Amino acid sequence: MREICIIVVLLVGVLTLAAALIWVERRLLAMWQDRWGPNRLGPLGLLQIVADMLKIFTKEDWIPDFADKPVFVVAPAIIVVAALLALGVVAFGPGLVVADLNIGLLFVLAMTAMGVYSIALAGWASNSKYPLLGGMRSAAQLLSYEVFMGLSVMGVVLMAGSFNLTRIVEAQRHMWFCVPQAAGLLLFFIAGIAETHRLPFDLPEAENELVAGYHSEYSGLKFAMFLLGEYVAIVVICSLTVTLFFGGWLGPVLPPLAWFVLKTLLLICLFILMRGSLPRLRYDQLMSFGWKVMLPLALLNVVATGGVLLLVRG
Amino acid sequence: MLSVFKTLWLVFLHLFRKRITVQYPEQRPYMPPRFRARIILSRDPDGGERCVACYLCSAVCPVSCIALQAAEDETGRRYPEFFRINFSRCIFCGFCEEACPTYAIQLTPDFEMSEYDRQKLVYEKEDLLISGCGKYPGYNYWRVAGVKIGGKDTGQAENEEPPVDLRGLMP
Repeated sequence: MREICIIVVLLVGVLTLAAALIWVERRLLAMWQDRWGPNRLGPLGLLQIVADMLKIFTKEDWIPDFADKPVFVVAPAIIVVAALLALGVVAFGPGLVVADLNIGLLFVLAMTAMGVYSIALAGWASNSKYPLLGGMRSAAQLLSYEVFMGLSVMGVVLMAGSFNLTRIVEAQRHMWFCVPQAAGLLLFFIAGIAETHRLPFDLPEAENELVAGYHSEYSGLKFAMFLLGEYVAIVVICSLTVTLFFGGWLGPVLPPLAWFVLKTLLLICLFILMRGSLPRLRYDQLMSFGWKVMLPLALLNVVATGGVLLLVRG
Repeated sequence: MLSVFKTLWLVFLHLFRKRITVQYPEQRPYMPPRFRARIILSRDPDGGERCVACYLCSAVCPVSCIALQAAEDETGRRYPEFFRINFSRCIFCGFCEEACPTYAIQLTPDFEMSEYDRQKLVYEKEDLLISGCGKYPGYNYWRVAGVKIGGKDTGQAENEEPPVDLRGLMP
């Protein structure tokens, strides 16, 4: 019963948050560009969320004749399902978790890896040039960044001695892992941006080279699914960063859940700030950055953490 | 790497800058007097229509949005029988104002003329005519032109000499 309650609250909360993030992003980007953003509809323009939802629900949901229909329909669902499943093992507070898996971290990594299917299949099933290019790029990008994403959190796992996200948070009682694992945090966060294909790593979309990348041929609800999947993925990456490096729900005075949400929202704002300020990488830069800089650094981090731990703990 | 953080910080600082946005319906933008928007037809200082229906504005209009029909009253004054501007076509280039020999047609800084019904964008003469002189107060075409109309014979205009009697020049 308790699990079902958490699931319902989590689903409603996350889906509302994902919809609200569209407004948050527009407002914040505008603020950083010396504008106001959508502030007309309702208080602070909050009803803009409802208007956006209504608009996207009433759009024509069209499947091109040349598309591979079953795959075309399934692709957007995969990204949302994968992102939501990943949220299932994140602990929002002590006991506030849908499934307290003992390999929770591995499960999250597996689920974020599932997201690449959605994008690659969407690009493939659209059966047209730009989506295919976007899909191929994303397949290459996500594969190469997944490698060191998994490696970058190994330092945390070594220090906490567990893959369980609740245990990892508990292990940060005395010191958040962002201090001893600063390199890991940086690596994980960069990989997380690449995984959610946000700027400066939004090559799969790259609207000024590839029309809209993998979702060029999508419209209506299926397009909304991609948007939703992207925002849920951001929530996943941010909540995961908070769990692994910023002490999860730990914090003074405020209730645990409030701390978790606060930290996650701050990181989401950082995501949006990066979109507002950093230019997109070139494709070869992206690849060589991933393989030649980040991967060796991640390996070095694992080795160094392991060595230090061995020395300290004997 | 450092430049990335510097960029992030600089962009973040823009949060506290002054907004560029003009919150339009509540906050009005400054409109320069020579701004080209809604077209009007002006009148003489004594209230008569300035337009002499010469068709120059209609001819110069690049989108052909001005239509009019010339007429003449009992005093010999030319005036437009109807004068119609289709604002759904007008591009507000101001050529009509430049072409006008009598300062009759003028562009004003009033730009708020949106309509839900396209038909309402066709302005007739009564919609265009204003009661004043617009940008050129005191100017009266019929007072300075050498054209003969009822109540003003040749040579009676401002700064105009009376006509010379050609035979009076004979030795």
